Amino acid sequence: MRNPLKNEETAFQFVLGTIVYLAMIVLASWIATWLGVVVFVALTVAAIALLSGGSTSPPPPQHVDRAAVEDTRRILVVANETLIDACLREEIVRMSAGVAEDVLVVCPALNSQFRTWLSDEDGARDAAEVRLGETLAELSAAGINVRGEIGDGDPLQALEDALRSFAADAIVISTHPKGHSHWLEAGIVDEARRRFDVPVTHVVRDAEAELEL
Amino acid sequence: MSAHAEAGLHDHGHDHHGPPIANRSSRIEPTVLGMFLFLGSEAMLFGAFFAVYFFVRVVNPNASVIWPPPPYEFPKFVAGVNTAILFTSSFTMHWALKSIKNGNRRGLQAGLVLTILMGSAFLLTQFIEYAHIGFNLSSGAFADAFFGLTGLHGFHVLVGLTLLTVAAVRAFRGHYSPEHHHGVELPGIYWHFVDVMWLVVYATVYLL
Repeated sequence: MRNPLKNEETAFQFVLGTIVYLAMIVLASWIATWLGVVVFVALTVAAIALLSGGSTSPPPPQHVDRAAVEDTRRILVVANETLIDACLREEIVRMSAGVAEDVLVVCPALNSQFRTWLSDEDGARDAAEVRLGETLAELSAAGINVRGEIGDGDPLQALEDALRSFAADAIVISTHPKGHSHWLEAGIVDEARRRFDVPVTHVVRDAEAELEL
Repeated sequence: MSAHAEAGLHDHGHDHHGPPIANRSSRIEPTVLGMFLFLGSEAMLFGAFFAVYFFVRVVNPNASVIWPPPPYEFPKFVAGVNTAILFTSSFTMHWALKSIKNGNRRGLQAGLVLTILMGSAFLLTQFIEYAHIGFNLSSGAFADAFFGLTGLHGFHVLVGLTLLTVAAVRAFRGHYSPEHHHGVELPGIYWHFVDVMWLVVYATVYLL
């Protein structure tokens, strides 16, 4: 949605638009009351469409400060339903071969848009917590130095939040195969590659699916 | 969350010194979110007064068909001139911003002074209008709605003038540059918002 008061320039345009909007309503009302109502409704709908239809520019690419620890590989993993997966485990082991690993698993608290607007996220957080707990237990059992946290329901926002306090050397995004993954449909992997200057590895859960690097 | 995960939540130990980096846990830019919240609060404030106005004028079964109720009249022409003054002040405000963006300090100063003068003229005219309008708060609910709406807006103009005066004083002291003029930009946004609100008040209360 466009913010008409984003800066002085847009605010000034908003003033000009408002006077045109009101002038047309007043003129129509003077001709006939019903015409004024019609013009009011039509212009209001048009104004809402104009304001809500504005393209929102994607966030600019972000620089991530890497930790200056050469013998440690910091890996940020984001996944949800595909968290407990052999492919993911093997990929983490492969990436940290020869060095110590420091893995942070972020589990987005996926929620419906409606529940998000209502701030009803307890269920989503509980579900994410269960998956995260199981994943941490499994990865720890495999000898991986791992910790985890619940993230924003938007995986990109969850990544961004995590990167502010965890200087990752690599990001791993685990998804279902193409055709079964909402995240792939939404272009999460490509957007993560564009937005963060950290190598992003995409791990597909299906054992037969290819591993993209 | 397991004890393992719980521990991990607060254990991001690495080499960062100083206060933690500000975390952003919203999908909306903070500045945009702040402005939306501000707009929302202002819309609710004015909305409450407009609700009173529409109730008095439309919903009230005893409301007069003619607005304002006879024998009272609103000074449409004077208010129209006042509207033109305030509307023009948006142009001078815009000019002031354009000037400093182009490195024209004189233009910034002149634009701010003209905006303040026009805003002051608007307020003064409104006070004179109040004095000669022929009714007061005890004249009925319509008068309460009228003074409430126009008075609320007048207060916003006063706040805007205060912000602009601070900006003008700083401008004459040599502050602001083409790169740094946030102190003018924000009062400018507020001033345009006040202008928009007046246009709505004038159209609904005086003209319709």
